Amino acid sequence: MAIPGQKQLTHMEEFMEGIWKQNPVFVMVLGMCPVLAVSVSAVNALSMGVATTFVLVCSTLLVSLIRKVVPKEVRIATYIVIIATFVTIVDYLIQAISLKLYDALGAFIQLIVVNCIILGRAEAHASKNPPLRTVVNAMGMGLGFTIGLFALGSVREILGAGKLFGVSLFGPDFQPWVVMVLPPGGFFVLGTWLLLFNWLKQRKPAAAQPVEAHVHG
Amino acid sequence: MNDATAMAVTPGRVMIATLGLVATLCGVLIVSTYHGTLNAVTANKRIALERAVFKVVPGAASMKEFVATADGIAPAGPQTPTGAVEFYAAYDQAGALKGIAAEGAATGYADVVRVLYAYDPATQAISGLGVVSMRETPGIGDKIYTDQAFLANFQALDVRLSADGKALANAIKVVKHGTKRNPWEIDAISGATVTSKAVGKGINESAQRLLPRLAPNLDKLRGN
Amino acid sequence: MGDISVGQIFLAAVLSNNFVLAMFLGLCPFLGVSGQLKTAAPMGAATTFVMLVASLCAYGLNWLVVHFDLEFLRLISYIVVIASAVQLVEMVLKKYSPALFRALGIYLPLITTNCAVLGVALFQTAREYSFAQSITFAAGAGAGFTLALVLMAGLRERLHLSKVPNVVQGTALSLMLAGMLSLAFMGFAGLGAGE
Repeated sequence: MAIPGQKQLTHMEEFMEGIWKQNPVFVMVLGMCPVLAVSVSAVNALSMGVATTFVLVCSTLLVSLIRKVVPKEVRIATYIVIIATFVTIVDYLIQAISLKLYDALGAFIQLIVVNCIILGRAEAHASKNPPLRTVVNAMGMGLGFTIGLFALGSVREILGAGKLFGVSLFGPDFQPWVVMVLPPGGFFVLGTWLLLFNWLKQRKPAAAQPVEAHVHG
Repeated sequence: MNDATAMAVTPGRVMIATLGLVATLCGVLIVSTYHGTLNAVTANKRIALERAVFKVVPGAASMKEFVATADGIAPAGPQTPTGAVEFYAAYDQAGALKGIAAEGAATGYADVVRVLYAYDPATQAISGLGVVSMRETPGIGDKIYTDQAFLANFQALDVRLSADGKALANAIKVVKHGTKRNPWEIDAISGATVTSKAVGKGINESAQRLLPRLAPNLDKLRGN
Repeated sequence: MGDISVGQIFLAAVLSNNFVLAMFLGLCPFLGVSGQLKTAAPMGAATTFVMLVASLCAYGLNWLVVHFDLEFLRLISYIVVIASAVQLVEMVLKKYSPALFRALGIYLPLITTNCAVLGVALFQTAREYSFAQSITFAAGAGAGFTLALVLMAGLRERLHLSKVPNVVQGTALSLMLAGMLSLAFMGFAGLGAGE
């Protein structure tokens, strides 16, 4: 986001934006529906993250490329059409790669269309920045989203099934917390992660300050 | 939109032209991906289906899709006629009919439970059970495919037709755990009665519709 | 699934498969607009309305798409047509029923691309619902969404009066609350399953 009078971010900083400072899951709390719904296992969470990143990178790239041609009045409509296109493409790619994965993710692949992160990025970033910068930022955001999903998915799989990536961790005597892979568990685990983030932020205000100052220049 | 109207308004034809161009571009992208992945997707679906059918009909090596309508049976086309029941005929290496597989579905605890069952024409019994999809409680509802005692119900579940051949002689019934007396009863899983009942109900409904239509036409399947 | 009764679909969509608390659809407005009871109820009503419009559009579109063998255009046509239809309805409302527009109007643009709305369209297609089933499903989903929103708003209004540690405030607390609500709604599972 190039605000006038502010130093342009370097590409590295642009990339890190999405991973830490503006992490879509933990900081901005955006696109929660797929986050909670598919994070019952680490594999599902990672696949969903990768699919979303793909759509995010491709559609913001295209938006950035045509940003000077599209009239202001129809820009949102254009973005939606572009995003829907890439989601359809991902939908077919996943079906071609693995049907099992496709069944596990269910309707949530198609629901990437309405993930607020993507439209938000297209509108707030891609429509104002050159392609390279956009792609770097989108990759950061996508990675940040994937990390968030993975953090949730792995915790839920470990607690709820006693496994990680389908490999049993604690042996047969472990009594899984089934509730963790059920809907309430999604809310609880995400709530706990946010709590942890809040706590870290409040605990180290002194340590966080210089970093902030450095990034903004 | 306020600032947009304050500025010079873009002429309508420019907007339409832009939208048209973007739509065309997107259309081309979608269609090419669709055609690019079509083969892989159909192959995947076929493999998944075969794997599921071969699992419930052990010893099968090939399968064909059919539909059973009121007038008899026919190979499955791209469109299933309304009221028809889809089923799969599984054959062994030599091409002899090993069994029939069909899907049953009923509402379980959380959502619809869909199962695939195998029917053995020789013994007129259900001879295997697989789960297609379900969202039942993990650790409880998923016993329908992990609990060996429950699966044993489906090794020889009696589905003989009644004398007039219009329905099953005895409707499949799910009974409370430990009270199974007859070969057409299913012994429910203790603690997962609702899910067990959904399995039984799904199979019963499907079998009541499919088997009476199938029985007079079995030779057609063998002929292949 | 032609054989599931309309009543069962409605009950499942409202309670046991509640869109927000069991399927995680429409969380953004759920967390965003559930601060006050005053805004929660009209938001729920507006969403229900949009869901009904979306369900109608999707039913028609799906018929078209299947008829012409263009399944790969399903998603893109759903989203574009639903968004346009809502916009159109908004304009009509503004002209002919200003009172209703004032009540629902400000929420309509917000919900157009809400995932619960697209979710209704996608799920009714995936489950092959008939026309009556689709409309019931949309109504049930809307009612379930409204119920969740109103319950949550009630809880959060109460919370304003209580002392909460600094760390937990904000979204973390809302999520924990939602988790407890979701736990309570799990008690509805199995509804309508029996004989």
